[in-house]
Amino acid sequence: MIEAAFPAPQPGEAAAPYWRALEEGRLVFQRCKSCGHAWLPGRGECPRCLAPDPEWTPAAGNAKLVSWVIFHHGYHEYYAARLPYNVAVVELEEGPRLVSNIVEADGQLKIDMRLELVIQREAGVALARFKPTQGNQS
Amino acid sequence: MRGNVVIAGIGQTAFGKLPGRGTISLNIEACRHALADAGVEKDAVDALLVKPPTSNPQFMYGQTLAEAMGMQPRVGGAWDQGGAANISLISFAAMAIEHGQCEIALVCYADNPRTGSRHAYEKAWGDDAAYGWFGVPSGYAMLARRHMEEFGTTSEQLGAIAIAIRKHGAANPNAQLRKPLTLEQYRESPWVVDPLRRDDCCLVSDGAAAVVLMSAQRAKSLGVKKPVPILGFGQGQSSWDVPQRPDLTRTCAEISGATAFKMAGLRPHDIDVAQIYDCFTITVLMTLEAYGFAPHGQGGPFCEGGRLAIDAELPTNTAGGLLSETGMPGLQLVTEGVRQMREEATLQVKGARNCIVSNQGGVMHTHSTLILGHYL
Repeated sequence: MIEAAFPAPQPGEAAAPYWRALEEGRLVFQRCKSCGHAWLPGRGECPRCLAPDPEWTPAAGNAKLVSWVIFHHGYHEYYAARLPYNVAVVELEEGPRLVSNIVEADGQLKIDMRLELVIQREAGVALARFKPTQGNQS
Repeated sequence: MRGNVVIAGIGQTAFGKLPGRGTISLNIEACRHALADAGVEKDAVDALLVKPPTSNPQFMYGQTLAEAMGMQPRVGGAWDQGGAANISLISFAAMAIEHGQCEIALVCYADNPRTGSRHAYEKAWGDDAAYGWFGVPSGYAMLARRHMEEFGTTSEQLGAIAIAIRKHGAANPNAQLRKPLTLEQYRESPWVVDPLRRDDCCLVSDGAAAVVLMSAQRAKSLGVKKPVPILGFGQGQSSWDVPQRPDLTRTCAEISGATAFKMAGLRPHDIDVAQIYDCFTITVLMTLEAYGFAPHGQGGPFCEGGRLAIDAELPTNTAGGLLSETGMPGLQLVTEGVRQMREEATLQVKGARNCIVSNQGGVMHTHSTLILGHYL
């Protein structure tokens, strides 16, 4: 059986460094050199002060769970073969929020629980996934 | 300008599966019915405002439609704001009439995602598709989960919304889905994206609707039978995509609703009947909170116990809404609001004086609110 194509990211210029960093094993976010605001995904300008000088900054990898869902409907062939699966919104301790998957949770998800970064490869592409932090519940 | 502009006519097509009809054809049919309802000749219309279809977005859609209708409107074009666009266009038309930019306006919307493309509802969310992040229901499911976890909102409370609205749809001979829903059936309804079940999700439909606007004075001189006054309107844009939204349980429907209530000089307890955008059950719950019908976080208990039923405290989506009349994003809620204010609804709320209508788009990215009064 031929595996359906993975929906690989096709980042534009502003987001390309984010995906390159993940490939190298680092999660990064953007911080505005002018006002200090931090965000994801990558943009050319700060959405708070509009300055055009964001810089890529490494994240420590600590986060909390904002919300999550479990897909039972396959919108794309690759993921239709992996139902059910979760997709989560996580907030890095530095502030930026991102879409991710939670792994190694045994179904025990709670909002605001503490998470830590696990970079995993899916179809060869490095993704920023998260797992519950050992020994604490939020 | 409270009450200075009225909705003088409404029109719609059949709803459901309409193969072989393009959106231009559907728009024209709805406009034809709306003009006949208002008793207005096409040539008297000098504004044509349209929400572009989701199934086949195209450049200069407003002008394509005007040409097909043989019109050269003074004010005309398409406005993209997702599902909030209908009420926003009505408010823009009302302001244009008030300030002499036009005299009689048609606002319309047609779409055919059921026989055409439903890509807009199923697409990837950019590069996050790599994590399996697809489709519109998932965005609402993400809001619903946070609401459930933070406030204890239950699946049964969401189900109560679907049950109330589906019961109204079952009484509407024009509704696409006329099957009422029991709590047991709701509980057995399959997950689409947990925590949302199939019966939390609206229909996907072909169809169109249109409304005719003019000044109250003009309606009087033309002898319009039951002009329905526009008492208030407002908008609010949350804008941020779901992952970036600072608080998943709050939206700018709060600003939209507050603006409309202020303009109308009314409060939630003055509202007798509500038409609330129900693309998903959670949307109704969060909008009712944002409008002040229930405190923030308490929409679940508010929606329980049949409070949204036709004979209850806040009769909601009296023609069946997006969950059962038609999945068409939003203008059908306005036409049902007009029927209620004309005392011509199939499920008429007796003695209703004020109706609130909500429209919203994206995953609660955009919002617009309309408050209608009893016919003049």
